[in-house]
Amino acid sequence: MPSAQTAVLSLPRAVGRSVIGSLAHIGRFSLLLAELFRALVEWRIWLPRTMDEARNIGAGSLFIVLLVSAFAGAVTALQTGYQFQGNLPYYVVGTLVVESIVLELGPVLTALVLAGRIGARYAAELGTMRVTEQIDALESLGRSPMSHLIIPRVLAGLVMIPVLTIFANAIGVLAGWWSAKQVLPLSNADFTYGAQFYWRPFDAYYSIIKAFFFAGAITLIPCYMGFNAQQGAEGVGKATTTAVVATSVTILILDTLLAKLLLHP
Amino acid sequence: MIELRNVHKRFGQQVILNGVDFSVEEGETVALLGPSGTGKSVLLKHIIGLIHPDAGTILVDDLNVATLGRKQLAALRSTIGYVFQNGALFDSMNVFENIRLGITDAKDNRNAAYCATRVPECLALVNLAPEVADKFPAELSGGMRKRVGIARAIAGKPKYLLYDEPTSGLDPVNADIIDGLVKHLAQTLGVTSVMVTHDVRGAFRVSDRVALLSDGKIVLQGTPKEFLASADPRIKAFLERDFDSHSFAA
Repeated sequence: MPSAQTAVLSLPRAVGRSVIGSLAHIGRFSLLLAELFRALVEWRIWLPRTMDEARNIGAGSLFIVLLVSAFAGAVTALQTGYQFQGNLPYYVVGTLVVESIVLELGPVLTALVLAGRIGARYAAELGTMRVTEQIDALESLGRSPMSHLIIPRVLAGLVMIPVLTIFANAIGVLAGWWSAKQVLPLSNADFTYGAQFYWRPFDAYYSIIKAFFFAGAITLIPCYMGFNAQQGAEGVGKATTTAVVATSVTILILDTLLAKLLLHP
Repeated sequence: MIELRNVHKRFGQQVILNGVDFSVEEGETVALLGPSGTGKSVLLKHIIGLIHPDAGTILVDDLNVATLGRKQLAALRSTIGYVFQNGALFDSMNVFENIRLGITDAKDNRNAAYCATRVPECLALVNLAPEVADKFPAELSGGMRKRVGIARAIAGKPKYLLYDEPTSGLDPVNADIIDGLVKHLAQTLGVTSVMVTHDVRGAFRVSDRVALLSDGKIVLQGTPKEFLASADPRIKAFLERDFDSHSFAA
């Protein structure tokens, strides 16, 4: 039976272990970033791989990103129309659809979808490479895993995820416009009037800035998790799950922080 | 020359290497024997700097591996070919690209004509047909994967070859082929080789000297004859287990 002293010490021990574990993650993540920046000089290696990866992310994710964004736009328009029917002028639907999609739903939903699609893939790929010693093999050949594996994935994400977000915004707005017209006596002129009424060019920049930060989380966190995966298939599974959860939470935290910093400085 | 002096390594509470002294002279082939889980692969990874020791010194060509900078370590690694236990082939690349990655000289690696001749050359050295170059690792048998792993390791014309359990998981016929290959490469390429294995027969056939790793230490390093003649109970126990398993299999 555990003594009273052991029971009293168990909580601080658990907290201590958790703090040390978190600090170790921060340390390893910082080292990965430092290695990544150092390996940027090896552009001959990472450039062609980045192109392949960018094609993979762009073409492979376009359909699901557009699908999600189209439904988000349509539902936003339908619910806005329902809530404001008889209370506010219909052009408000245009305002709400455009602002909701561009400021929030376009970048966040795209990021969450890609966290599952790309993040899980990166963590599983790199985790498998780690446990099957492919990463060790790369190092044993005197080659940098950063320039061969990490930089192409991160750069491709940083370029392609904002591009996908722009497409998602456009399709979301168009789907909302079309849906609103199906259920409300709303003309094209009403919708565009509402869309432009509260529109600020910064809204578009804000959307892309968010997408860029989300891209950092979607690529770096899963790459880090996969790169440090251990203990066989179980380790790869754990790395993949942790990567998706951690990336999704980071996206939501970044979303709030960026809203505070950029919209209410 | 490869030399390990008083190398210690532990993972958590588990002591893996507890003061290992081990050396390999130029041009010789040394087999590192020991039961599974005794840290043979860990020792091998120390030599190429994939794992750093907690204490002790690892010297390759008089360079202290643990203290080398990034570029120096990469340069040293380009002189060492490492054959991984399960091949560790890059599954997204075909055999040609896998072996090409083993050409560690940057200029040669970028030279398409050189690679087009060097890759089939390496495949021939490991008794594989040039057509194998177009296949992906998933399309190869276990024995072929090991041989492609060896072909990748020799592609950069290394001075040292480190084999991590090259015959594990293979049937006796394929294991004999790989053993023959290790010996053939040592003779034709003149490389210094270290082979980690728990196959005593293969080790005796291939190596100039054998060493036994037990309880985190090298128990004995000597010729196969000295090994067989040793009165050390740990060596006797290891040999008896091995011969028992062979007679049981027979």
